[in-house]
Amino acid sequence: MSRLLALLQRETALAWGRGGGPLVAVGFYAGVATLLPLAIGPEPQRLAAIATGAAWVALALASLLSLDRLFERDFEDGALDLLTLSPTPLELTCFIKCLGQWLATGAPLAVAAPVAAIGLGASLNLAPLIFACALLGGLAFAFMGGIGAALSLGARRGGLLTAVIVLPLFVPPVIFGGGALDSFANGLPWRGGFALLGAYAAMAVALGPVAMAAACRNALS
Amino acid sequence: MTWAPAFLSNPERFMAFSRWAAPMFGVIAVALGTVGLYLGFTAPEDYQQGQTVRIMFIHVPAAQLSMFAYACLGVASFLSLIFRHALADAAAQAAAPLGAAFTFLALITGALWGRPMWGTWWVWDGRLTSVLVLFLLYIAYIALRASMDDEVKAARAGAILALVGVINLPIIHYSVEWWNSLHQGSSLFAEGGPAMPAVFLVPLLLMSLAYMSAFGSLWLVRIRGEVWRRRAEAAALRMAGT
Repeated sequence: MSRLLALLQRETALAWGRGGGPLVAVGFYAGVATLLPLAIGPEPQRLAAIATGAAWVALALASLLSLDRLFERDFEDGALDLLTLSPTPLELTCFIKCLGQWLATGAPLAVAAPVAAIGLGASLNLAPLIFACALLGGLAFAFMGGIGAALSLGARRGGLLTAVIVLPLFVPPVIFGGGALDSFANGLPWRGGFALLGAYAAMAVALGPVAMAAACRNALS
Repeated sequence: MTWAPAFLSNPERFMAFSRWAAPMFGVIAVALGTVGLYLGFTAPEDYQQGQTVRIMFIHVPAAQLSMFAYACLGVASFLSLIFRHALADAAAQAAAPLGAAFTFLALITGALWGRPMWGTWWVWDGRLTSVLVLFLLYIAYIALRASMDDEVKAARAGAILALVGVINLPIIHYSVEWWNSLHQGSSLFAEGGPAMPAVFLVPLLLMSLAYMSAFGSLWLVRIRGEVWRRRAEAAALRMAGT
């Protein structure tokens, strides 16, 4: 148990400290949220109509950013070899790596998401649901994204490849989260979409590490 | 059909089988396609869709093949991942561009039909979007394989991605349906038999079989090409070694 905690501490510290971590993710998120009204026009009504959707899509994009360093860093300096040699199963190691990734970028982004949505004109009472959706969706993004990051180990143009692999897999969480937020904003039942988002996140957390570990073993072989 | 992978897993047997099977499927495809297209173009106009109903004969089989090719990719990837079989990997590698091509054809013919019928090239509807996401999955698979120099690693990474896609495809499909749907349901597999008169049904079924044979033929040809390429590479390595 203490080994797992030490691993989680290491992963979170690496994701937090090296490569910018939350600062880069939130900075990118703020940048996209600022560009949107500049492209679409400043009219409050038009912006309010797309506020939650735009904040939600920008969140999916921002969680792509730090993925390319998730495994590559350890792959390049040999730490991944050592991690596979440890008595901890590689699946569990991958799970903890993604959990660290989520703590270091997903959680800060979840704090930034309501701010961005309200800045774009969403109503204030949406904020708790946006925060909850971003936390849960961030889990799905981190674990699905981890699969793409592990698969593109050893490939040329790994970072871009990760995005191409992962974006189609982001379709269900984007739909469920966006649907829940949209329903809530229009006073419709929103629990269905939120529950489906949670179900997808649970599936990603359960199955993602298996695929990641297989991909890591392949890259190291 | 369980005998088929077992029988064909021997490369020699596969090459002997595909040598005549590939051209045979090609001939069947051309014959069925000719009859199907003839019947399709001489069928009466639909009372609502007019001439554009004929697009169905090339659109619906392409859409069926886009799914079928991904199923083939998934099965081949599974076999290659579990048994580390080189031929299964060649089959997966050969199926992906074909599947992408059929998916693209389905999207394009759908757009050409949508313009006169729905008044727009594209709508963000459930079934259209899930086919578009399927196309993106094919692109991701091809891009992943193309960007790895080590062929063995590319094969395994590709197989893992294909299987992740197989698990995700139904989720993507139903999530997009849940999101929004405008496309008509399937008339072919409707409850209580096909909801379509025989003048349309017969050419449609013929075209489906023609597409299926064409896919079979092209797939076998591509696998054969892949086998020859690998043999040539192995021979070149041997020559360089001596």
